[in-house]
Amino acid sequence: MRFTLRIWRQKNAQAPGHFETYEVDGISPDASFLEMLDVLNERLIKEGKDPVAFDHDCREGICGSCGLFINGRAHGPLPNITTCRLYMRHFEDGSTITVEPFRAKPFPVIKDLVVDRSALDRIIQKGGYISVNAGSAPDANAIPIPKPVADRAFDYATCIGCGACVAACKNASAMLFTAAKVAHLALLPQGQPERRQRVRRMVQQMDAEGFGHCSNTGACAVECPAKIPLTAIAQLQREFIRAHLTPDPYLR
Amino acid sequence: MEAVSPSATSWLHTSVGRKVVMAATGIFLMSFLVVHLAGNLLLLRSDGGAAFNAYAEFMSTNPLIRVLEILLFLGFVLHIYQGLYFIFRERAARPIRYSLNRAEANTNIFSRTMRLSAIVVLVFLIVHLRHFFVEHRLLGSPYTMYELCVAAFENPYYSAFYVLSMVFLAFHLAHGFYSSFQTLGLILNRRIERAVRWAGAAFAFVIPLGFAIIPLYFLLRTL
Amino acid sequence: MAETLTIPAPVRTADLSWREGEPILNNRCPSGDLEKRWTRHKDSLRLVAPHNKRKLEIVVVGAGLAGASAAATLGELGYRVKVFVYHNSPRRAHSIAAQGGINAAKNYRNDGDSIWRLFYDTIKGGDFRARESNVYRLAEVSVQIIDHCVAQGVPFAREYGGYLDTRSFGGAQLMRTFYARGQTGQQLLLGAYAALQRQVELGNAQVFYNHEVLDIVVEDGRARGIIVRNLITGELHRVAAHAVVLATGGYGNAYYLSTNAKMSNATAIWRAYKRGAYFGNPSFVQIHPTCIPQSGEYQSKLTLMSESLRNDGRVWVPRTPGDKRHPNDIPESERWYYLEEWYPSYGNLVPRDIASRAAKKVCDMGYGVGPTGRAVYLDFSDAIRRLGREVIYQRYGNLFEMYEEITGESPWETPMRIYPAVHYTMGGLWVDYNLMTNIEGLYAIGEANFSDHGANRLGASALMQGLADGYFILPYTIGDYLATQLFVKLSTDTSAFAQAEKETRARITKLLDIQGKYTVDEFHRNLGKILWDYCGLARNASGLRQAYEQIRVLRERFWKEVKVPGTGAEFNQVLEKALRVADFLELGELMIIDAYHREESCGCHLREEYQTEEGEPLRNDKDYAYVAAWEWRGENEPPALHKEPLTFEFVKPTIRSYK
Repeated sequence: MRFTLRIWRQKNAQAPGHFETYEVDGISPDASFLEMLDVLNERLIKEGKDPVAFDHDCREGICGSCGLFINGRAHGPLPNITTCRLYMRHFEDGSTITVEPFRAKPFPVIKDLVVDRSALDRIIQKGGYISVNAGSAPDANAIPIPKPVADRAFDYATCIGCGACVAACKNASAMLFTAAKVAHLALLPQGQPERRQRVRRMVQQMDAEGFGHCSNTGACAVECPAKIPLTAIAQLQREFIRAHLTPDPYLR
Repeated sequence: MEAVSPSATSWLHTSVGRKVVMAATGIFLMSFLVVHLAGNLLLLRSDGGAAFNAYAEFMSTNPLIRVLEILLFLGFVLHIYQGLYFIFRERAARPIRYSLNRAEANTNIFSRTMRLSAIVVLVFLIVHLRHFFVEHRLLGSPYTMYELCVAAFENPYYSAFYVLSMVFLAFHLAHGFYSSFQTLGLILNRRIERAVRWAGAAFAFVIPLGFAIIPLYFLLRTL
Repeated sequence: MAETLTIPAPVRTADLSWREGEPILNNRCPSGDLEKRWTRHKDSLRLVAPHNKRKLEIVVVGAGLAGASAAATLGELGYRVKVFVYHNSPRRAHSIAAQGGINAAKNYRNDGDSIWRLFYDTIKGGDFRARESNVYRLAEVSVQIIDHCVAQGVPFAREYGGYLDTRSFGGAQLMRTFYARGQTGQQLLLGAYAALQRQVELGNAQVFYNHEVLDIVVEDGRARGIIVRNLITGELHRVAAHAVVLATGGYGNAYYLSTNAKMSNATAIWRAYKRGAYFGNPSFVQIHPTCIPQSGEYQSKLTLMSESLRNDGRVWVPRTPGDKRHPNDIPESERWYYLEEWYPSYGNLVPRDIASRAAKKVCDMGYGVGPTGRAVYLDFSDAIRRLGREVIYQRYGNLFEMYEEITGESPWETPMRIYPAVHYTMGGLWVDYNLMTNIEGLYAIGEANFSDHGANRLGASALMQGLADGYFILPYTIGDYLATQLFVKLSTDTSAFAQAEKETRARITKLLDIQGKYTVDEFHRNLGKILWDYCGLARNASGLRQAYEQIRVLRERFWKEVKVPGTGAEFNQVLEKALRVADFLELGELMIIDAYHREESCGCHLREEYQTEEGEPLRNDKDYAYVAAWEWRGENEPPALHKEPLTFEFVKPTIRSYK
């Protein structure tokens, strides 16, 4: 297969970026999108040119490193998939493919298609955990959790932190990311003591990072490789309302 | 986790809090639409406008309604203010836009056109208020409310504008209805989501249609 | 197209040489009753008072299961922790990709599990090439890990009563594996990551993103810090610490094609080796039986399909070699369930090394399937019939989807095709019972150490070991050393730091100056092929000699002909890769030497010369019941071999039989 690639090139965070066009040929339909970029880069290196920088690591869709905005969609034309699990057989032979970095103010470009997503970690730092020290836990079966609840918590806990929700959202909102963690912990008995603080602090940080607001368009859930459902956002909203607008029963 | 002690209104300044305001005012405004439509349908009674005028008289003099009217006005202002704020915030959150963005692949047309539909509905609201509210209540028009309505609706331009605006209102409601319930944290599973989406579609279809029938009725009567 | 790089087979091969070093007699393992060793040892360790902990700096390199759990726990204890990761977030380490589960001797199933049984299964699974004391301790703390992870909110699978579910796994006849669908590693890592983020918020830990360790600084035999490169700006930094913990994972990527993440590398442990740390059992590499077979040259990595699939999937090949019929058209009587036939008591659940070798064996015999003939079927049709689609979906839904995405075939309709791939390295830095290398103050945890798995790791034991090291072992043992470091004033302004920085800078400059004509990946692919062919599933002396020679040539050519574009003072992913491959090339030689020297078969290490008549590995306990700890003795000098004898007081090494 052959493709014309229109790729965003940007030397570093300060430099202005621009699109450059490359041709690639002889690509197997079973190659992944990243392997196609590998082929391009091998050639660029041999030609003495600067290869295209892009993030990647596990290449099996779980580490959340890769993230390209391909033909107008986060992680490319298929829903609920990472870039590394996107195969060239899903593109039309001979077509032009536009590749851009994930764009959001809190995701500054580092180089070419690589962006800094540490803002997501800072949201987690504000409360995406249960404060328990190693060694202080009771027996694991001391806290029975109904299977449906555990299953739902799991659905929310599978977020891979790739940032596709932000990239796909017209407002560059990190709601699905934040909501997934809030919802995961809010459902579990272990998460109860810090429930109110968690949602307050995480939302506050989400805003401080400069992410946009959520307008419930649902684009995030369509692109989310972990298939986090929109009900996570409803759960966050509920947690938020409860934390701010109802009296805290535990306060003196 | 260290406790943050928020002031009573700090939540209003968070993006999620603003969203809650948007949703709460949205639901309030939707409930107003229902009441408004119920009243308007009196126009269709063939009693020469007696029922409608009585209703208009009640609405403009009853003290409880007057209080609600102020609330309604506040609701509109807040809803519009938050909307404007979100536009500003959205710009700030993505200073460099995508060169190619296929939003149609992951969103529906109603949510993508919220801003456009908001602007049209806002323009409609201003014209609408000027025509009826300002004319009748502030300028003390000599005509009855019924007469004002009939005059307006028999004007094909005004009616066309009215009907078109209702289409945009339908768009706005098609996303707004679902969105409000989502924002209030009520859609916790797929079953509820399906129900709310269905109800939202019905609401967005029925209410604007109900409004649009009235000018069409008067317009067709002139033919 | 430019010519491609190939390394021809050498005409003559030299004999491999190494020097016999002093045996290792003190591994700090306690003696006495096995059950009381760890407890007694803990009680004898020196302590550091809380106010002093605040004065002690610990560098942790890597934030996978071991690194993140150690950093979080050390932070909880009050130490000052600095974590360095080359990823753009500490949540991306390759532990995240572990699918199947984590073992623990909880005996919630009431199926007769115990710490002893987990210990025994692990040591037997490792073919009696691990320390009794370490493995027993691992089994002992396994119980606490599950408790802690549940308290953290890790959503393990549960039964309808609300209690934890478990499943069986290769190498065990009990159901002791806890799991979170097919994403156990992810859920456990996110738990450790979240705990670390909590320490960041509390100010006890700092995480440096996009920083890769390029050297370990050793002063007077003690680890004093690291040299790191900021991958975004290219700057080198000196970081001093009272202790350095390496949690940088394994080196399976030496084989180029592996199930490891693309950035996983050996640089930190290799640099530690070159600063004097011993490297234990470098040739012990686990080849995982259930991976998606390679489909083309361009392929950048192999994808693992969780071993848990063997719980319900049945492995088979057609009884007729070269049978090209569609698998669904082959009647039951013409299917050869070779694992069930050869190993009736464990069947499809034999340990990984055995399953992998069996797959190679049937493919070598010509029974392989698929376009390349290097694959076997893993069939779920029986299980789907027996349990129903719903149950199978619950257990393996995401794995089925993943398989279908990659291959375009649905496991619901056709059997999966699988083939073994490099997956895990049992070898790694040699450590004592305290997880300290022979360099004082330098620790290695998780897959980075030579570990508790002997010559073969059982499924669901990697997560257990990583978290055991990080949450419950290192935090105790490191205090014993740090108690002696209270009054050490840290400085990066020393000759050792200057020297290490200078050498690192020189290495980078040298790579950039070569400007040859081959890419880094070309060298890497060649290295991988050599290692896979001669130091993979089966090894023999002449092949190893040839491989050694080829790698030596490859390494020489690398330093003359590699092309690294750009500069060192910028974000340069090719340079990062070149530095890693340079180290893999050296490590590859050591792996070959280790595989060559061990004239026996054990676990993953099958020397073709040493097999039983049935083709099972033939261990030689008389001569090789030891850990091979290798010492670097300078460029172009043969390494020294230090033997740490393995004594078995509580279990009797037997011929490992899964028949």
